[in-house]
Amino acid sequence: MDFAFSSEQDMLRTAAREYLAERHPLTGLPAIIDGEPGWQPESWQPLADLGWTDDELTLLDQVVLFEETGAALLPAPLFSTVALALPAVRGDEELRAAVASGDLKLSLAWAESGRPQGIADTGLATTADADGRVTGRKILVPDAAWTDELVVTVAGPQLRLVRTADATVTPVSTSDRSRRLYEVEFDSAPSRALGDGSVLAEMESRAFVLAAAEALGVGRRALEDGIAHASTREQFGRVIGTYQGVSHQLVDSYASLELARSLTYWAAWALAEGDDQAAVAVAAAKTAAAEAAVNACERVIQVHGGVGMTWEHILHRLYKRAQWLEAFGASGRALRGRIADAVLG
Amino acid sequence: MQACLMDFRDSAAEAAFRAKLRDWYAQNFDPAGKSGSGRPEVDHMRAWSRKLHDAGYVGLTWPKEYGGAGLSPGYQAIYFEEMARAQAPEHIGVIGLNMAGPTIMAWGTTEQKQRYLPKLLSGEEIWCQGFSEPGSGSDLAAARTTAVLDGDHWVVNGQKVWSSWAHIADWCILVVRTDQAAKKHEGLSYLLVDMHAPGVEVRPLRQITGDPEFNEIFFTDVRVPKESILGNPGDGWKVAMTTLLHERGTLAFALVGQLRQHFTSLVELARQPASDGSVPADDPVVRDAIAREWIELQALAFTNYRTLTTLLAKGQPGPESSVVKLVWSEANQRLTKLARGLQGLSGMLDDKGGVRDGYWQYRQLRSRGNTIEAGTSEILRNIVAERVLGLPRSR
Repeated sequence: MDFAFSSEQDMLRTAAREYLAERHPLTGLPAIIDGEPGWQPESWQPLADLGWTDDELTLLDQVVLFEETGAALLPAPLFSTVALALPAVRGDEELRAAVASGDLKLSLAWAESGRPQGIADTGLATTADADGRVTGRKILVPDAAWTDELVVTVAGPQLRLVRTADATVTPVSTSDRSRRLYEVEFDSAPSRALGDGSVLAEMESRAFVLAAAEALGVGRRALEDGIAHASTREQFGRVIGTYQGVSHQLVDSYASLELARSLTYWAAWALAEGDDQAAVAVAAAKTAAAEAAVNACERVIQVHGGVGMTWEHILHRLYKRAQWLEAFGASGRALRGRIADAVLG
Repeated sequence: MQACLMDFRDSAAEAAFRAKLRDWYAQNFDPAGKSGSGRPEVDHMRAWSRKLHDAGYVGLTWPKEYGGAGLSPGYQAIYFEEMARAQAPEHIGVIGLNMAGPTIMAWGTTEQKQRYLPKLLSGEEIWCQGFSEPGSGSDLAAARTTAVLDGDHWVVNGQKVWSSWAHIADWCILVVRTDQAAKKHEGLSYLLVDMHAPGVEVRPLRQITGDPEFNEIFFTDVRVPKESILGNPGDGWKVAMTTLLHERGTLAFALVGQLRQHFTSLVELARQPASDGSVPADDPVVRDAIAREWIELQALAFTNYRTLTTLLAKGQPGPESSVVKLVWSEANQRLTKLARGLQGLSGMLDDKGGVRDGYWQYRQLRSRGNTIEAGTSEILRNIVAERVLGLPRSR
């Protein structure tokens, strides 16, 4: 029984934290994400040079990394490329290398209107014809405009790879400006085959573990902000962090984030090892971490008082990412439903 | 990147230990024969404790010279997991094993260790704790029970309260004021007191469960040998902190083991038809609530493993360990309340009239003490706020 990170993982954590603090400080984020195109395309190559898009990273390495990119709300298609799409192109050495070198940015287009929208749901209206031409409409596609190619789920089920330039990508107004969503229309778009739908369950699980990791980072960052504020802001002649009504809210946020952290590491390990508890561990980690992050943001907004409600303050950016992560893929209720099926039959 | 170190599987030695322990439970413990309500029954618990000790399962992490097995804390974790799996009771000496023992090991003389530790492990001698007083609960340093040196003896006068098991205890770890002139925290000392000595009077207090689990202890001119002290006079606060550290630390695996037992029982309950004929496990709201408790249970279990890993690597637990008792206590209250809720008005039936002879009634009522004993949740939140989050002191 061992819960330790390797020294390489500890180094990755430190390096990522330092790099992001220097190159992607949260203070500079609003100007980038409130404008167009919403990110700095020139920032991508350095991320690839750091090895962050390399498929050689283990899932636990990625957990370490995504906690940091989550805390920074890094505006770049890293989650969509690495957490969502990468497993689908893994079988193709050329594509894998292109992602690793920074030449290929990806996302996953899975959801359709009026149908179940889980990543592994396969009752799809989008089709690929005998020549591999894809026709259909996908919604809620993360980061689509920032990508080079899209992994598309189609009836069969199978996975196809379509050049983003061969589809019509329409931005929709989204609350979390740092991770935008798009509608994507395919009209006989040429594609190449990536295999059948058997990889979808694993793709979902990996994406959930990394969403949990991001949530840990988002929640941690909000909590740090709450502690800093409660340690300096004075009312009635005392620092407000001395009031238990304030401090205990922060303690409860810390407690649920630490519990979710334990679940996230367990889920990453279980999934990587093919452990028979992997499915329930992933479900638990995703819902617990997202809920802990949302709750932490809400409590920290409360601790900030009126300032916490302002657009200028960074908190709402963290809060909206936490909400994105909680809503992504499967709701807490749906995930607890999976756990209940396993536990109660 | 190198493969990670993280691994939740047992080592070969741990797996062998687990298999042997599981087999031992199968041979020696009959779940069908256990007391239905799960109320502590002293005679049964004494006999069971003896059996555990004879098989070598008590004091797993204690040094061999004091009757322990000298194993790493990972084995203690496995012990609690298997205990939960077998739905078996724990050793009767919870105060001794988790509080008095570790404190004696840390502060005791060789003679004290040899005198007290082996009989503590075997369950021959039961310990209780004399910390809280009517006027000082969370504020331990305000203790007013006094001990005055008279020749070769301390003469103890005062009153303690909320002392679990004092009515059957042989020894008491007692915090007393030995220097009235010293500052609050510096005037305390830590005595080991014979509960059979003249002048010790125990009055059981009936808990809301109906059981006399905790007690008042009155000390009237009780003479305690001068050498029955841990540390020096005036060290009482520091010694007591060792006790509380262990109370809030090593106990975590036992707490989660107990929660797992409750969870297993909850699943059984939910699958059976309730008194109105409906099966709770068919209700989506119940399913959601049970899944939440499972998530919390797993989160606590794996947080304990994190703590254990840090403990083994760095010699002390990580900061995350500070929240386990806090979260566990609220989880246990929620879970047991959920179980009673599944029973409708039948949930008010206890003893022989109730489900499992009133198991859930006892467990749920007893759980209300979980957020009070061993540091109230308010005090624990203050500690985390100040020591872990680094917030300014609230008092």
